[in-house]
Amino acid sequence: MPMSMTPMKTPRCNRRRALGLGAAGLAAALLPGPALALNDAQARALIQQAVNDVNAAISSGRTGPALYAMFEQIFAKYADVNVIGRSALGVAARQASPAQLAAFTKAYQGYLARKYGKRFREFIGATFKVEGARPIKSFYEVKTLASLRGQAPFEVLWQVSDRSGRDRFFNLIVEGVNMLASERAEIGAMLDRRRGNIDALIVDLKAAG
Amino acid sequence: MTFNTVQRARRKTAGMAAIIVAMGLGLAGCGPAPRASGINDPFEASNRKVHQFNKDVDQALFRADDRPSKPPGPIGNAIGNIGDNLGLPSMVVNALLQGRPEPAVKNTFRFFINSTLGLGGIFDPAGQSFSLPETETDFGETLHVWGVGEGAYIELPILGPSTERDTLGTVVDLIIDPLNALDPDPRLVAKTFRLGAKVIQRKRYSSTVDSILYGSADSYAQSRLLYLQNRRFELNGEETDDANVYDPYEDPALQ
Repeated sequence: MPMSMTPMKTPRCNRRRALGLGAAGLAAALLPGPALALNDAQARALIQQAVNDVNAAISSGRTGPALYAMFEQIFAKYADVNVIGRSALGVAARQASPAQLAAFTKAYQGYLARKYGKRFREFIGATFKVEGARPIKSFYEVKTLASLRGQAPFEVLWQVSDRSGRDRFFNLIVEGVNMLASERAEIGAMLDRRRGNIDALIVDLKAAG
Repeated sequence: MTFNTVQRARRKTAGMAAIIVAMGLGLAGCGPAPRASGINDPFEASNRKVHQFNKDVDQALFRADDRPSKPPGPIGNAIGNIGDNLGLPSMVVNALLQGRPEPAVKNTFRFFINSTLGLGGIFDPAGQSFSLPETETDFGETLHVWGVGEGAYIELPILGPSTERDTLGTVVDLIIDPLNALDPDPRLVAKTFRLGAKVIQRKRYSSTVDSILYGSADSYAQSRLLYLQNRRFELNGEETDDANVYDPYEDPALQ
């Protein structure tokens, strides 16, 4: 049971260096108790592939809906869309019927691809580089640096888990801005506007983003 | 303004700077404030009114025809670059107040390279060829380094999201800006470029700002959350306390 795992704490100022040395992988190997099925190398490999696909999509020259469609494919391929959707709905996810949840997840995936696709478009010319990974609770956090010429590189963290049965990322943190937290606030506000009606929310989501 | 009043104004600025440095030395022993968490927004009702006002102003300035705001053109970019370059002296002062010589030295070199080779900051040879990108800072960060906590969230008219600490920082930055030591005419020109850079910044991030202000179901809550998350990241780096990291696979509410 991964929850019994106690995260190893290193002093904050040493952590970056520890990351650089790949000590996160070592820490995972030395941890007592049942090991995570997912390891440092697999988490990094998944994000490396996702990042390669993002780079290819950005440099494909496609724009607008064609580009967002590419992002949606990348998203469906590398992200645990189910848990991302459920966490955005919060407690409302438990009240939804399986059919509603499936329809919501599909609409939500398109919404995220459009919304974040527009953001990634601003990164045209950026290159993403995988820097390192570290275990947190039941998952891994992979750190990438995005560089745009002449600008200070900025940090994108990808949280990766195999709890869905496959290695998938379930959260993105761009310069401290946490996708799950931001989207939970946003979906919560959209749901409030519809007085908790999930079907109406699904209709709204198809036009949003 | 006569020569004498200019001298007096300069002396006043220098005196103010000395007081602030002394304050800093007094506080410096305390270390930086711990990472804030959650949302502390006791002024939400009035903040929301200011937010609506800011949206109306933004709409009038950048989206008068209700179409998405446009990114800046070449002239806009040049103005933005000059204005950004003129922000560097203030960042150098703040880095020194924070006891961080490295960004102070880098920003100083950046300022001299871009002011000369970069034709007054229009071009960015420092960033492009010398690996000297801007190391952004402000007096809000200086207060943080001195141990001052974030305080309540505040949305300022025109300036947008802030906190009590960052509002004080914004005011002090206006006072300690080395550009204040310029003669009145060049100072006015410099300050105009600084203001211009703020407008250009809105346009540079046009689609992101549009999506938050006009695409969100609760643009107030989204801008508050994004500002606080990003500001805490700027000041404290990424979340390092694993206990605070959300794990949806272990969230009982989702099971």
